[in-house]
Amino acid sequence: MEGFTHLIPFAAGHEIIRQRRRDLTLIRMTPDIIYDQMIGMGCATRLVFSWGGNPGVGSLHRFRDAIQNSWPIPLELEEHSHADMAARYQAGASGLPFAVLRGYVGSDIPKYNRSISSVACPFTGEVLTATRALTPDVAIIHAQKADRRGNVLIQGIPGIQKEAVLASKQAIVTVEEIVDQLDAPINACVLPSWVVTYVSEVPGGAHPSYAHGYYHRDNAFCKAWDGISRDREVFLQWMREHILKTEDFAAFRRSLAQGTMVSNG
Amino acid sequence: MAELDYTSIEIMTIAAARRLANGMVCFVGIGMPSAAANLARNIHAPEVVLIYESGTIGAKPSVLPLSIGDGELAETADCLVSVPELFRYWLQAGRVDVGFLGAAQIDKCGNINTTLIGGTYASPQVRLPGAGGASEIATASKEVWIILKQNKRTFVERLDFITSSGHQQGRRLAPRNGDTCNGRRLTRGRGPTIVITDLGVLTPDLATGEFTLSGIHPGVTVEQVRAATGWDLKVSPRLDTTPAPTGAELARLRDLHARTDAAHGSSMAER
Repeated sequence: MEGFTHLIPFAAGHEIIRQRRRDLTLIRMTPDIIYDQMIGMGCATRLVFSWGGNPGVGSLHRFRDAIQNSWPIPLELEEHSHADMAARYQAGASGLPFAVLRGYVGSDIPKYNRSISSVACPFTGEVLTATRALTPDVAIIHAQKADRRGNVLIQGIPGIQKEAVLASKQAIVTVEEIVDQLDAPINACVLPSWVVTYVSEVPGGAHPSYAHGYYHRDNAFCKAWDGISRDREVFLQWMREHILKTEDFAAFRRSLAQGTMVSNG
Repeated sequence: MAELDYTSIEIMTIAAARRLANGMVCFVGIGMPSAAANLARNIHAPEVVLIYESGTIGAKPSVLPLSIGDGELAETADCLVSVPELFRYWLQAGRVDVGFLGAAQIDKCGNINTTLIGGTYASPQVRLPGAGGASEIATASKEVWIILKQNKRTFVERLDFITSSGHQQGRRLAPRNGDTCNGRRLTRGRGPTIVITDLGVLTPDLATGEFTLSGIHPGVTVEQVRAATGWDLKVSPRLDTTPAPTGAELARLRDLHARTDAAHGSSMAER
């Protein structure tokens, strides 16, 4: 699942939790609240990532609890930097076995990750970082629009979603709306229907992140998550109340609005 | 000492902002770097180019972003690029003048830890977020500025983990600008050139890479800074004192924070 602070596929993540999926390898450059929820609910046994935090707020408490205390289950890490993860997605999208970058000079990260190696440039001899291509089974992203044929339009901060879709064997896209005419501006970021496996219409499906042109980031919720997620029991109670007991994302949004959440506004 | 009408965080932010020159290209970390960089843009450096790692180049936010990808950064940017483009064409190619970073811990050579504290890698006492963009920002920017609060937990003799490299002791790690490899120019920068804290300013000894105290904020003593440092801190014979914040600087900074709090306090997404 990708989305670089923008267009994060929250609705899809909630549904994975509702369906009680297990033993997943989760990949994301910036695991934030949605991965905190999935990790805390025991969906994942492995995490491939480059920065795990609640942006602008602080720690991800469920992520930390899983790593520090194996709660609710142990979480194996494969850790990179952003430049590396971006390069790995590009290699995957390009059908190449690895990517090259000038990375990790003096950093301890490669000591703990066998997907990071080095290669000598055949032309200059410079030793560069070589990093294994990323080829996920499935990419899940959120976008603004799709047309009825399944062409997808992404606007605003483009992040890494195009590369993630093209690197993956299958791609699921949730969208704010399905329209008759995409009306994509020239040079817009469009994923043609034939690289998209499924499209699902979920209005608001990136909340509490945002969909440029539709709604803003719910910074108040992102701050409130710090309190909700800090304690295991409070977290579990919140997840039961708002995710497991709701049948879909629209019901979750109603449940949130009726609750005592800050997000109620 | 005279009663101060500003906080130590405020003078740290202002001391950092003053150093950012108009027109510089600055890769901005979230938090204190972002506050200082936007303060500079609001005061003396309207043309400073702020790059956030979400791919927003030339962002001009009216309030401080909570995340590096807030919508206002995208709306005010000169251009929006994808994450791989940002890290390849704009950072690794050497187009960034200043990589401006925060840190959880640093050592005397300006190495940064944002990965873990205590325990082992597999089982840390405290797990931190990790590198994000910092490990490449630290080596690909022409120079690196680090801003963080100074105490014995943040300024340590030995890091539990080196996430992003500074000047590693005993070997000059980052080639200087103009160094070549088989006749080709390398683009790696000078590494960390300044550490700005709530107590003062540290700059590296060019021979050893070790950071020494070269400036203190008004009302701070050298003993106080040494007591807040986990290594035997060397002090420059020419120690500067940071000029106190001006009324205008404080007013701009406080206004920026007030507008930021107002913008982020309310829920905007519920319809």
